[in-house]
Amino acid sequence: MLAETPFHARTAPLVRAQTWRRWAGHQVASAYDPHPDREYAAIRSSAALFDVSPLKKYLITGRDAARLLDRMVTRDVMKCAVGQVLYTPWCDIHGKVVDDGTVSRLDDGTFRLTSAEPNYRWLEMNARGMSVTIEEVSDTVGALALQGPLSRTILQQAGADVANLKYFRLTHTKIGQTPVTVSRTGYTGDLGFEIWVDRPRGVAVWDTLMDVGARYGIVPAGIWALDIARIEAGLIMLDVDYFSSHHALIEDQKSSPYEINLGWTVNDTKGPFNGQRALRAEKQRGSAWNFVGLEVDWPSFETLHLARGLAPRIPNIAWRSSAPVYKGGKQVGYATSGTWSPMLKRYLALAHLQTPNGTPGTDLEMEITVEHRRNRAKATVHKLPFFDPPRKRA
Amino acid sequence: MTYDVVVIGAGPNGLTTAALLAKKGRRVLVVERADEIGGHTRAVEFASGFRAPITDDAGWLSPSVTKALGLRDLKAVAPSASMSVAQGGADSDFLVLSTNPRTAADNIRKLSARDASRWPAFVERMNRFASVLADLYQLVPPDIDTTSIGELASLAGVARKLRGLGRDDMTEFLRVMPMPVQDLVDDMFENETLRSALASAALRDIRQGPRSAGTTFNLLHYMVGAPRGSVRARNWFADGPDAFATTVAGIARQHGAEIRTGAAVDAITVADYRVSGVRLSDGSEIAASVVVSTADPKRTLLDLVDTVWLDPEFTLAVSNIKLRGATAYVLFGVSSQMEDAERTFATPVSLTTDSVSLEKAADAAKYGEVSNEPHVELFCPTMRWPQLAPAGSHVVVARVQFAPYALKNAEWNDDRACALMNQVSARIAAVIPGFEESVVHRAVLTPRDVESKFGLTEGAVTQGELTLDQILFMRPVPSWGHYRMPVDGLLLGGAGAHPGPGVLGGAGYLAARAVLRGS
Amino acid sequence: MSPATQRYDAIIIGGGHNGLVAAAYLAKAGKKTLVLERRHVLGGAAVTEEMHPGFKFSVFSYVVSLLRPEIIRDLDLPAHGLQILPLESTVTPLDNGDYLAGWADPDETRREYYRHSPADAEAAIRFGHLMHHMAMAVKPILGMVPPDPASLSPADLKGLLKLGKHFRSLGADKFHELYKLMTMSSADYLDEWYEFDPLKATKSASGIIGTFLGPRSPGSAYVLLHHYMGEIDGAFRAWGFQKGGTGAISNSIANAARAFGAEIRTEAGVEHVIVRGETATGVVLANGDEIYAPLVVSSLDPRLTFTRLINPTLLPDDLVEGVRRYKFRGSSGKVNLALDGLPDFTCLKGDRELTLRALRGAFSISPSVEYLERAYDDAKYGQFSRHPYMDIVIPSMIDPGMAPPGKHVMSIFVQYAPHNVTDGWNDAKREAFGNAVIKTLSRYAPNIESLILHKQVLTPHDIERITGLSEGNIFQGELALHQLFFLRPVPEWAKYRTPLHGYWQCGAGTHPGGGIMGASGRLAAQEILRAS
Repeated sequence: MLAETPFHARTAPLVRAQTWRRWAGHQVASAYDPHPDREYAAIRSSAALFDVSPLKKYLITGRDAARLLDRMVTRDVMKCAVGQVLYTPWCDIHGKVVDDGTVSRLDDGTFRLTSAEPNYRWLEMNARGMSVTIEEVSDTVGALALQGPLSRTILQQAGADVANLKYFRLTHTKIGQTPVTVSRTGYTGDLGFEIWVDRPRGVAVWDTLMDVGARYGIVPAGIWALDIARIEAGLIMLDVDYFSSHHALIEDQKSSPYEINLGWTVNDTKGPFNGQRALRAEKQRGSAWNFVGLEVDWPSFETLHLARGLAPRIPNIAWRSSAPVYKGGKQVGYATSGTWSPMLKRYLALAHLQTPNGTPGTDLEMEITVEHRRNRAKATVHKLPFFDPPRKRA
Repeated sequence: MTYDVVVIGAGPNGLTTAALLAKKGRRVLVVERADEIGGHTRAVEFASGFRAPITDDAGWLSPSVTKALGLRDLKAVAPSASMSVAQGGADSDFLVLSTNPRTAADNIRKLSARDASRWPAFVERMNRFASVLADLYQLVPPDIDTTSIGELASLAGVARKLRGLGRDDMTEFLRVMPMPVQDLVDDMFENETLRSALASAALRDIRQGPRSAGTTFNLLHYMVGAPRGSVRARNWFADGPDAFATTVAGIARQHGAEIRTGAAVDAITVADYRVSGVRLSDGSEIAASVVVSTADPKRTLLDLVDTVWLDPEFTLAVSNIKLRGATAYVLFGVSSQMEDAERTFATPVSLTTDSVSLEKAADAAKYGEVSNEPHVELFCPTMRWPQLAPAGSHVVVARVQFAPYALKNAEWNDDRACALMNQVSARIAAVIPGFEESVVHRAVLTPRDVESKFGLTEGAVTQGELTLDQILFMRPVPSWGHYRMPVDGLLLGGAGAHPGPGVLGGAGYLAARAVLRGS
Repeated sequence: MSPATQRYDAIIIGGGHNGLVAAAYLAKAGKKTLVLERRHVLGGAAVTEEMHPGFKFSVFSYVVSLLRPEIIRDLDLPAHGLQILPLESTVTPLDNGDYLAGWADPDETRREYYRHSPADAEAAIRFGHLMHHMAMAVKPILGMVPPDPASLSPADLKGLLKLGKHFRSLGADKFHELYKLMTMSSADYLDEWYEFDPLKATKSASGIIGTFLGPRSPGSAYVLLHHYMGEIDGAFRAWGFQKGGTGAISNSIANAARAFGAEIRTEAGVEHVIVRGETATGVVLANGDEIYAPLVVSSLDPRLTFTRLINPTLLPDDLVEGVRRYKFRGSSGKVNLALDGLPDFTCLKGDRELTLRALRGAFSISPSVEYLERAYDDAKYGQFSRHPYMDIVIPSMIDPGMAPPGKHVMSIFVQYAPHNVTDGWNDAKREAFGNAVIKTLSRYAPNIESLILHKQVLTPHDIERITGLSEGNIFQGELALHQLFFLRPVPEWAKYRTPLHGYWQCGAGTHPGGGIMGASGRLAAQEILRAS
């Protein structure tokens, strides 16, 4: 039996095709419609409302709260202002990524950490000898993501004071009569917000947003739509694009931040943090892998299909498997997720490449299967993100 | 004044490290929290004029340490017997396990002719097994992933020695090492008193009973370096229980090392993953690029070092080290009136005559309780060193197992300590007539007291219980058996590192070598 | 055919699963093979018997997971009747009236653990990975003939080298973890991972099953690992029931052996092995028949193999002494119940759906580590545990054919019941033991007593009497470090051979031993075939 999110009473009747999925032990919608087209379109044209409650959430309080997070994550938490949100990975001592998520400073002595996987034990292990309290609030705090060009308008119409809320900042405000925390964050690479609310009041927030949002074309959206958007935005996903070093079965399954395009999050001159020395060394000698965008050449893709008497076909949801990537006939990496971008009209993929091959513009080939046969379609390295509208930060 | 090396702790290990590094020209400072040097070998004054060391075991002075320190003047005395068992009864007879195997066999014959006939070969074999450990104890413990030619070569030496035992002995060595000592003695001997003597020797400073696997290893561990014929007692030093420490301190000073007592370390300071020195409890900081700590691993790595410099997996492993102090001591000042003291206390004497009692005593400790009938061993240091008590008087130390450091739903306090003392006194009185009447002073050291007096976490003299999972390359924690700790310049040189307790300067010597090799 | 002319290529003494596996492999290789079983049923400790009309019991061994997959494939056992039905859960009733459950679904298990300890819920994920790795690390060792480190023979040196390479290839971290599992107590090992005591107790119970060890006894962590090996080639929890009871596993192996041409006789107990000079040439049956073969293979335990089937004076003193000191120490008993209905475990609070799911799994009476340890303490001093550890399953919930409609069979594995109980076992003591079990169970399922239609109580003494297993030890000897690998059963004779030509061992008393694994039988057969 899977757990239900705080919004289940509202989302369940909307899942028309019973397209449910499992996310961190919860039952959530892959899509509400039988296919994600309309939901994806809302992300880029109006606003999509996601139930992201299965995210793990931890409240960290006490004298050493900042110190604990700072010794854990790669970014400088000591410099995190009240109301600021940091997106950051955290590593083991060998500089391999354990998980990624956000650190939010809710007030002077309170932080919230969100993550994909459970991290309670890891937090406790890191907190040895510190004066700090770690409380898991995953089940008591519901989370919604409102993403899309009209998300700010809807929130404001719903009473939330977010007019001046900057990118990666948060505020304590109200939606309708319900106190919420709103952060300007998301997983779509668009203008968007995440809303954090106490579980019992979750439904009220959902209702208000849906009521107010109706005029602005708000659409409840599921993971399929999110998956397309996050690939366009070049955002990685744990267990799809990389594995937690805590769960990797072999060394080759582990990645450093540099190897998954998160080098920008590594502040190796701040105070001590897990993996600092390993990451310094890696920075100096260079990483063995890098993580890039791939654009699969459509004419090449089409030709391979035509050769078999077929029109090219791509499913309307993103794939999450592994496709070998070649250069000059030799395998130089593998793609881990990919999608047709309805927005950009391109076939996009995210890929791990051995280092010398990651320069944008490099010509490669990606394996595709056409009618049971392996083929190689032309592909080009593309700088991430693929899609980056100015409204995201404006 | 600046130093190259700060050594924490002036026990046998710390002083050995200091002396060896000073001899090589390093500027060395030893800081010791107590007012005297000697660590746990120093005698504790528990009543005016009465002083007692808590251990009867002088420890093994290995050839490597002797040679490296250039020790010449230490006068060692060989024990005449391993131990004895007070059998109680009207004639208060003792089973004396003399170090002369034939004499021991004669004594055993009164209990069992069969056992007597088996004794000499048994002792000889155990001595041979212990000598394999002796070789291992002078080496950095080799690990599975070692690639160092030196380590492999020395390991090959040990392997040769092991094979040199011959096929039968080698197989037997590998077979008995992980065995419960109970199985070993049951397979070998039929007399319960004899079995209990060996079993009790195998329980030194661990929180296990004789039916626990690995206790045979503990027996062999404390036999390393014992003279032939001994299953337990090792040579002791004529000049006093802390003669080794005093002598080595002299060597260290002679080569310019400074030894500061009454100087407790509050923190080992670190800058960018490198040791920068130590901070004392008075707030003063001493800079040094190398710090060798002979404090136990938990104290060193969890209390003295800020854990932000360490891998959380590593600190978890350190916090999982089983210390499990469960030995208490009752110290007696005994007047000259005691009859027969010379005979009674000629050798350490066990009051437990059957191994089931040992097992039951250990059972209580599993549940965080003091044994109803603890195993008590008596040792009379004034037989060796009359200067520890006023003329004619004696000091008798009772080792008491098991009195666990961590009590379930309770704390050690004066009442509990006092109750333990009375219990032990009564126990002795029941076996040794006239003892109680001649006692003039008594004091008790619970594991809490041992912790506060000697700075040993959980009162564990072992700095890490000697169980099979905490020895060799597993000591102090797996993958860190090379003395160097994950903070650059920090080394562990105490009993918490290989080869562990009971080896004089053994870890200190290997830690010093690691310092010299590293610089 | 007159008795005197009976000739075979190989005779297997004992129709337990190892004997049958060895027979099947030998027959498959073309040997004319005969299996001789003393009882009327095949299987040794893996038998199904109808102890009460309409109620079928897996009398001794009751669940399976360790059976080597290569044996299943080599002998095509599914074609001969092997069919394992999954066990869904383990539920531990707690002293506070609540319960702790482990379910087949990892998410559900995690949530359940989370209810009791968030840190444990997380630790369980990594612990599961680790055990998987450890089982992988041990797997090659299970499949190799143990080399003798004291030997200088090329084969042994090669074996040692291979072993050394294997350990190095694990890397230091995994090697150290394996070393810890070999040396630690299961409770100490689990203390490093978990904080919720009933969880530790329930997991550590795997470390005491079949041994005379408590959860705090060093060495029990290895037994814990031994019980994890079954998970390697299967799903998350690969423990299951054989359809028709564990006897059907034995029958499937027997059928496979027959299909390869082996002959199997029941009620054909071997009196002794015929030895000419230093060579075994055949066996004499209890009825006086003599049967000859150049290969005589004993699947009985080492004590029977070396001191009952042959005259020990024919053997070197070292071997006889080694067998004498080899530890059996049967420590477990079994209570099999025919029930009129389903027990009501009060910890499930009458929740019907939960109850039905839970009853398809196991119940573990292991409310705390101290509970188990005290149960062990009773046994150490010669008493059966007043409050024993129990592993309870109701096979008829999954395999309805085991009992008449609406009725059930319950299998209760009990520890500790020491073989060497003070003053020995007798009827009154067996009765008292059975009562202690029912009384303890009544604390958690008060209606149990009113449901009992028939009760079978088996002490280690009974297990020995019925199956022949010395001291009633279900592993044919303790799985203690000094009795494993090249030391099992005794040094120098750990490679299935004996000092007598033509006389071989293939029981669980040889490497790797214990559980319905079949590895000893397979390795022995391979070794025999290599030598002949």
